[in-house]
Amino acid sequence: MAIRLEKAWLALDAASVRELPGQLGVYQIAEADGTIVYIGYAGGRSLFGLRSEMARWLERREGKPTRFRYEVNMQYISRHQELLMLHVADHGALPAGNADIDQRKLGRLSPI
Amino acid sequence: MDLTLTDEQRLIVDQVRRFVREEIVPLEAHLDPDASELPREHRERLTDKVKAMGFYGLDIPPEFGGPGIDLVTRTLMAIEMAQHRAGLYAPCYGVFGGAGLAQLYEANEDQKQRYLYPTLRGEKRGFFGLTEPSGGSDPARAIQTKAVREGKDWVLNGAKIFISNADKADYGIVFARTDTSAGRGGITCFIVDTDMPGFHVRRVVHTLRSTHYATELQFENLRVPEANVLGQVNKGFAIANDRLSRQRIPYAAGCIGVAVKAQELAIEYCKLRETFGAPLSTRQAIQWMIVDNEIDIRTATWLTLAAADKAERGEPFRTEAAMCKLVASEAGGRVVDRAMQIHGGYGMTKDLPLERWYREMRIRRVGEGPSEVQRLIMARDLIGGAFH
Repeated sequence: MAIRLEKAWLALDAASVRELPGQLGVYQIAEADGTIVYIGYAGGRSLFGLRSEMARWLERREGKPTRFRYEVNMQYISRHQELLMLHVADHGALPAGNADIDQRKLGRLSPI
Repeated sequence: MDLTLTDEQRLIVDQVRRFVREEIVPLEAHLDPDASELPREHRERLTDKVKAMGFYGLDIPPEFGGPGIDLVTRTLMAIEMAQHRAGLYAPCYGVFGGAGLAQLYEANEDQKQRYLYPTLRGEKRGFFGLTEPSGGSDPARAIQTKAVREGKDWVLNGAKIFISNADKADYGIVFARTDTSAGRGGITCFIVDTDMPGFHVRRVVHTLRSTHYATELQFENLRVPEANVLGQVNKGFAIANDRLSRQRIPYAAGCIGVAVKAQELAIEYCKLRETFGAPLSTRQAIQWMIVDNEIDIRTATWLTLAAADKAERGEPFRTEAAMCKLVASEAGGRVVDRAMQIHGGYGMTKDLPLERWYREMRIRRVGEGPSEVQRLIMARDLIGGAFH
C-alpha cells in the first residue's frame, strides 16, 4: 500500500465538491503550484463527511487554495497523523495551515 | 478469596466512577468519536484533579513516588476508568498518568537516571519493542533482530512491527538475539535511543483501531552502548516474559470496564425501545442476551480480581493472568456484540460508542498474546513441560 496520498488533484470548485462522497476520510488542500497548505480529515462528527469538509473550504478559501485531493478512509485519525508525519519527512515542516499542531506530539517517520 | 469490597475500596471506586461520569464522558460529546486525546487545557485541568485526589501515577511503585494502592484496588479502578468511549485504549485519556516501562524499575541506577526518572517526570517517552515480522507469540524463536558486539558497543540490525508509540518516543526497550544458537537463552534486552543514526520508523501500521496506531521499525547498524544493556546479556527473555504476565491483568480490566458500560447501555435501551407494542426488555430473546452479558461480565471480573489478588500476595499468578486475559477479552467481545444487536441499526453508528468498542475489542483477543497462547500457557502450567 502506498503510504503517500497520490490521487489526482481536483479543482476546488462547487461542481467537484457536489460530487464528493459523504464518507469519512482524509484530504489535502493545495495552491495552484502544488504546495500543500493543509492536511485534514472528515471525522465522525462531520455532517456529510468529505463533502461537507470541502464545502467549508470552498466557502472560506478567498481565491486560494485551488486544488484538493482526498481518500475515503475509516481510519481517518491514524491516516491523518501519517500524512502529517510524511509531510514533515518530505518537506521538513508541517503545511502552513497545520502550524497550530504541536510537533512534539507528532510522531517521526523515515519512510523508504 | 473474599471479594467483598472494603470501605476504602468502595470509596475509591465511587470517586473514580464519578470522575469518569462527570468529567470524562461529557467532554466526549465534543470530541471526534475516534479521538484518543483531550485538548491540552482539559488534559492539564483533569490531571491536576487526579493529582489532588491522590491517584496520579497509580502503577508507579510507592518507592518511586506512586500512591501505593494495592493491585486489587487498582484493578477495580481500571475497570471504572475504561467506562467511556475511548476507555479501552485510552482510559480517562491518560490523566491518571503512566508508570513508564515496568522493566526500567529493574534497571541499574545509571539507566534509571537517564531513562526512568525523566519518564516519571514526563520529560521522556519510551516504547516496548518485542514483536517482529516473523511473529510475536513465540519471541524466543521469532526474534531475528541481531545484536553483535563491536568494541564497547552493540550493533543492531533487524525489524520490529506492531510497536506502539515508537514514532513519538525518545527511547525504547528492544529485544535482540545475541546468541543465535541458544533459543530463549540468546536474547538480550537493550535500551535504544531513537535519535541515534540507524533507528527508523518506516511506516504507520493501520488497524481496526483508528488512533493509537502501531508502527514498523527498522534498525540499520544501530549502535547501542554496552551501558544500555538492560539486565544481563542473554537473559532478556525473562524480562519480556515477566512484563507480558503482569500486563494481562490491567488488560483484562479494561475489557471488563467496556463490557460493563455496554451492558448498561443495552439495559437502558431495551427498556425504552418498543417493538410490536411492547418494550424490548419484555422479549425473552433480549432478556437472555442481557443475562448472558451479565454472566460474561461477572465471570471475567471474578477471574481478574482473583489474579490481581494472587499477584498482590506475591504468589505465582501466570495461569491466573492468562486465564483472566483470555476470558475478559473474549467475554468483552461477546457483550459488546450483543449490546449492538439489542440497539439494532443505532448500534452500528458512530452516534454510540459500541461500534468503536466492537473494533477495538477485537484487537484484545490478539494483543498481549492471543487467546490460543493464553491456553498454551495455562496448559503448560497445568500439565507441565515446555512448549514443543
